[in-house]
Amino acid sequence: MASNTHSAGHYYLPAPSKWPIVAATAMLLLGFGAAFTVNQMTVGYVLLAIGFAVLVYMLFGWFGTVARESESGVMNEQVDVSFRWGMSWFIFSEVMFFAAFFGALFYVRVFSAPWLADIEQRLLWPDYGGTWPTAGPAFKEQFTPIAAWGLPAINTLLLLTSGVTITFAHWALKENKRGALVGWLIATIALGVTFLFVQIYEYGHAYSDLNLKLSTGVFGSTFFMLTGFHGFHVTVGCIMLCAILGRSIAGHFKPEDHFGFEGVAWYWHFVDVVWLLLFILVYWL
Amino acid sequence: MSAVLDTHGQHDEHAHHPSGIMRWVTTTNHKDIGTMYLWFSFTMFIVGGIMALVIRTELFAPGMQIVDPDRFNAMTTYHGLIMVFGAIMPAFVGFANWLIPMQIGAPDMAFPRMNNLSFWLLPPAALLLIAAQFVPGGGAGVGWTMYAPLTVQAPMSMDLTIFAVHILGMSSIMGSINIITTIFNMRAPGMGMMRIPLFCWTWVITAFLLIAVMPVLAGAVTMTLTDRHFGTAFFNAAGGGDPVLYQHIFWFFGHPEVYIIAIPAFGVISQIIPAFSRKPLFGYTSMVYATASIAVLSFLVWAHHMYTVGMPVEAQLYFMYATVLIAVPTGVKVFNWVATIWRGSLTFETPMLFALGFLFLFTMGGFTGLVLSIVPIDVQLHDTYYVVAHFHYVMVAGALFSAFGGIYFWLPKWTGRMYNETLGKWHFWLSFIFFNVTFFVQHFLGLAGMPRRIPDYSLQFAEFNVISSIGAWGFGLAQILFLYIVVSTIRSGKPAEQRQWEGADSLEWTHLPSPPPYHSFETPPVLR
Repeated sequence: MASNTHSAGHYYLPAPSKWPIVAATAMLLLGFGAAFTVNQMTVGYVLLAIGFAVLVYMLFGWFGTVARESESGVMNEQVDVSFRWGMSWFIFSEVMFFAAFFGALFYVRVFSAPWLADIEQRLLWPDYGGTWPTAGPAFKEQFTPIAAWGLPAINTLLLLTSGVTITFAHWALKENKRGALVGWLIATIALGVTFLFVQIYEYGHAYSDLNLKLSTGVFGSTFFMLTGFHGFHVTVGCIMLCAILGRSIAGHFKPEDHFGFEGVAWYWHFVDVVWLLLFILVYWL
Repeated sequence: MSAVLDTHGQHDEHAHHPSGIMRWVTTTNHKDIGTMYLWFSFTMFIVGGIMALVIRTELFAPGMQIVDPDRFNAMTTYHGLIMVFGAIMPAFVGFANWLIPMQIGAPDMAFPRMNNLSFWLLPPAALLLIAAQFVPGGGAGVGWTMYAPLTVQAPMSMDLTIFAVHILGMSSIMGSINIITTIFNMRAPGMGMMRIPLFCWTWVITAFLLIAVMPVLAGAVTMTLTDRHFGTAFFNAAGGGDPVLYQHIFWFFGHPEVYIIAIPAFGVISQIIPAFSRKPLFGYTSMVYATASIAVLSFLVWAHHMYTVGMPVEAQLYFMYATVLIAVPTGVKVFNWVATIWRGSLTFETPMLFALGFLFLFTMGGFTGLVLSIVPIDVQLHDTYYVVAHFHYVMVAGALFSAFGGIYFWLPKWTGRMYNETLGKWHFWLSFIFFNVTFFVQHFLGLAGMPRRIPDYSLQFAEFNVISSIGAWGFGLAQILFLYIVVSTIRSGKPAEQRQWEGADSLEWTHLPSPPPYHSFETPPVLR
């Protein structure tokens, strides 16, 4: 490990910064705002809106600062390795967040729904079968799950293709072909945004035609929460891709030094892998 | 060969570092941030302590005394949340910030700005938790474990609590990423992973646990939030869900969480005991592996908190055996501490007293944990005061005593001033005695069947509750002495030596003056 320290001969330490306190202020506003909003209090919407504005200001400011520092060359190889560790652990934490929801899906499918149909519950819910998909014993309406081999399969293709295009962008960057870099990045963003639109269309279809809603028992809960959080991550990924697209157009990144790009690519692949699990465990099986 | 380069290329930090309050708000310095963590932790310790005194005052006598049952339940809930997330965890992150860069020979943490953010997320979360007491409906009396379905029915303070937990989680994850990256990537040349002080190792393992389980807690409270407001049915049997699902997810977080609290405490103790025994730590390598084993096992035992929910007997047996297995690596650690003391050249300054207090009382808390891990006994003792006594032995006499010991141990290094040894010993003995007065009798209450989280109780429990409440007040008041000792050390303590404890051999003692310079190591230290 000692080999990767001090290769540049100096330490890098950022000066005092206002951005962390701006971020903390945003979270303060968003925390109170969200808590009041879910209780339908007007002040909540106001706090939420201000908090969101502060958050956007902070993201531009903080990431802009880091990008400028990176381009000015003050960050050495040690910082680069730190960023790699940091991003890896961040993605690991995201994996564990999704693990909680996949765990919930496993639990309701394998344990709680069948248990609700067993002999002890017969008196309460005599007709309940407990087979998946289920919205629970008290849910009397009919609903239809979304078929895996329609739009979800197309979405799988879209995201997998976007994983390929971002790799092409990365190869172009390493060979210093700036035009191809920008082109493949735009293609990646286009695929991501198309995915999101298909997902929105699919949600509309579920709500209006299939009677599948967030409140459709555990099936609706796990389906919309898993795909919804994934969609949110795709959205964040698209914003990150737009950021590195802007930086690429502005001439940032060097063929041998571009962790800003790689970090986003890692995140994008992570979102891809989560989707594959979703496709198999939520839509298909 | 090396120099510190900051973005402005200036070396005179007084020239461009803001002064006054803005120094603390904008700081990227691990020592400033560590100091803020420790003061925040102490503040929350007082807030949570006042809540504890409300609880103990209410329980001073049978019948209703000073608060109504809802407020009482809110007090037990927020006492737990604030002590766990606001007092104990930030205290050890404060130690990590102060010590890790100095102990591995680094100038600062790997991500100094994110370090600042992980601290400054704590006050908003604390404000949410405190504000929850004053919104319509009052604080949510759901217990710190926040079990469904009670949380689904709780007043709006539950939502403030949920978002507070989210923000605390972000803070912990960022802090952990920072710590683990610092230790992996910022060590001085020659400082191999098996040479870092054991405190750093315990934080590597703790950070890994935090990154793994805080997102799971975030998932659990998110499901609670959507069950409350958006019609999901995760914890609703009518919709095919199960309230027990919440308990599984929560304890998948919650059991590693108890080691998140305990493992850095082990690290502090593993620095103090060798210093005052004037011997190297016995079995360093086995300590590392034992700590890692505890961490791995902590993911596999969560349902021992849930023996009474009605799980299959096979599951109970598995979780019982797996839990008992944790006693093995824990035993290795206790053995190594005792073996370090064995034939050492001992002195008993305040840090050592707290370390020995830890060793006795934490081991006792561990034994009551073993008792509780046995299914047939736990079915009797579940949710009684025996459980309360058990986890206060590991949380207070374990984690808190370790933090006190650590403060006395490193205060001379941090401030360059020596605390008053006589007063320090008074603080230890008052804490030690009143702690046992408070919690030892709770074992008897639990064995006799007194349930936890109940504001009133049957007459047969009256005497032990009186004793426990007197102990709690004594313990609380003793902490004012601690505040006095720390403040008077900072203001007027006698100058401390570089190596105040001659048995202490980590880099902060051997290579840095007391107090250390603003950037610990401007050039990497030369290691023998």
